[in-house]
Amino acid sequence: MNAALLAASRISALVLAVAVAVHLVVIIYAVQEGLTAASLLSRTRGNWAFLALYASFVLAAAVHAPIGLRAVLAEWLGWSGRLADRLLIGFGLLLVLLGLRAAFAVFLA
Amino acid sequence: MSGSLVARARRHPGLAAALLNRLSGIALALFLPAHFIALGLALSGAPALGSFLMLIRSPLLRTLEAGLVAALALHFACGLRILAIEFLDFRESTAMTVSLAIGFGLFFALLYLLAGPIAG
Amino acid sequence: MAMLELEIWRGGATGRFHTYRIPMRESQTVLDAVSEVQRTEDPTLSYRFACRVGMCGSCAMMVNGRPRWTCRTRVAVSAPNGKLLLAPLRHLPVVKDLVVDMEPFFAKWQRAHGRFEPGAAPAADFAVVPPATPGRRAADAGIECIGCGICYAACDVVGWNPDYLGPAALNRAWTLLNDVRDRAAAERLAAVTAGGGCQACHSHMACTEACPKGIAPTYAIAGLKRQAIRAALRSALGAPP
Repeated sequence: MNAALLAASRISALVLAVAVAVHLVVIIYAVQEGLTAASLLSRTRGNWAFLALYASFVLAAAVHAPIGLRAVLAEWLGWSGRLADRLLIGFGLLLVLLGLRAAFAVFLA
Repeated sequence: MSGSLVARARRHPGLAAALLNRLSGIALALFLPAHFIALGLALSGAPALGSFLMLIRSPLLRTLEAGLVAALALHFACGLRILAIEFLDFRESTAMTVSLAIGFGLFFALLYLLAGPIAG
Repeated sequence: MAMLELEIWRGGATGRFHTYRIPMRESQTVLDAVSEVQRTEDPTLSYRFACRVGMCGSCAMMVNGRPRWTCRTRVAVSAPNGKLLLAPLRHLPVVKDLVVDMEPFFAKWQRAHGRFEPGAAPAADFAVVPPATPGRRAADAGIECIGCGICYAACDVVGWNPDYLGPAALNRAWTLLNDVRDRAAAERLAAVTAGGGCQACHSHMACTEACPKGIAPTYAIAGLKRQAIRAALRSALGAPP
C-alpha cells in the first residue's frame, strides 16, 4: 500500500505541476481584469477546456492532499491507523465533491 | 536537542525546504474546501458569487489571499525540487534551490497584490 | 594558556551536562579533548573510540549539535569560541554518558533486508560485474558505509517516526538491489516499502550533508522510491513484477 500511495502522490504531483502552473497565470490574469463574477464566469461558462483542466486539477488535488496530510498527522501529531486513514479518505472525497461542484458551477453559470 | 526547528532550518536548507513545503501544503489543504464552496456560489447565480467577491476586497483579506498565492507558488516550487531529486537525480545546491523557491512564491504574491485593485 | 570548555552529557536517558576545562592544544581533535578529560579530570566518563584515524566510525557523537566523528573534528574549527557541547548520538538509547546502544540501528538494517542473499542455488563461478555498468556504479556509490550511525542521528524523520528505517539501512538495501548477484530483490523491495520505509524520506538531505564518507543516502532512497513506484504501477496495470 505504501508503494501505491507513493506512486499516487508523485503522479498526482505531475498533474498538479501542470495545473498549478496554469492556475498561477490564471489567478494573476483574473485579478488583473478585476475580480468580478461577470469577468470570471464569462471565461468559464461553457468552456470545455477549462472544465477538463480544472476537473483534473480537482481530482489530482483530492489524491495528493490526503496523502501529504497523512505524513503530517503521523509524524507531527503521532496519529496513524485506520481511523486516521478513513478520515483522510473522507477529506479526499469531500474535495472531489466540493471541487467538481465548483468546477461545474462556474461552467454552467 | 539541537535547538528549535526554525534554528535548525536556518543551518540546513533541506530542512527549510521540507518545512516550507509542509506548511504551505497544510495551508492549501485547509483553504481548498472554502475555495470550492465560494466558487460553488455560482450555482445560485452570478450575483451570489459577485457579492461574495465584493466581500473579500478588504486589504486584510487581499493580503491573506496573497499569502495563499505565495503558498501555492511555494508548494509548487518545493514540490518540483522533490520530483527533481527523486526522478532526475538533481544535485544542485539546496540553499540556492530553496532561495529560488521562496523568491518564486514572493514574486507571485507581489504580482497578485499589484495586479488587483490597490485598495478596497 | 587558552582553555577549552567542554559541556559533556553525564548519565543515561536522564542526566545532566557537566562542565570540564582542559588546555587548548595545537591541532587538537575533539577525541583528543575527550580523552584528556577522561584521563586527567574524570575517569568515570564513558565514551567510545577505536582507530582514531577516521576509519571505524566508533567515535561518533553530537558535537555542538552536529553528529561527527570526534577523531576527525578539529577543536579549532568546531569550537572557535573555545566551547564544546558533547552529547551522545541522537535517536539511539543512551547506555552511559557518550555511549549509545547501536542495536536499534542494526535491527533496522535487518528489517530493511540489508543483507546479501545468494539464493538457493549459489552460482557455480564468479559473477562478472563490469564496474562501469549503471547498476554497479549505483551500488559502489553507497558501498563504503561503515555503519557509524551519523546519518541516523542527523535525520529529522528518524526523530519524528520511530518506525523509519533510516538512511543507512535504506542505502544498504539500495546497494544490494543493484547487486546482480543478489537473489532477494522482491523481498527487499517489500521490506523498504513497509511501514517506515523509503516513502517516509522527505529529502531533507541531513544524511547526505553529515556523512563523513561522502555517501548520499538521499539519492539511494530516491532510487528505492523509483523502484517502488515502478513496481506499484506494474502491479496496478496487471503486468508481472
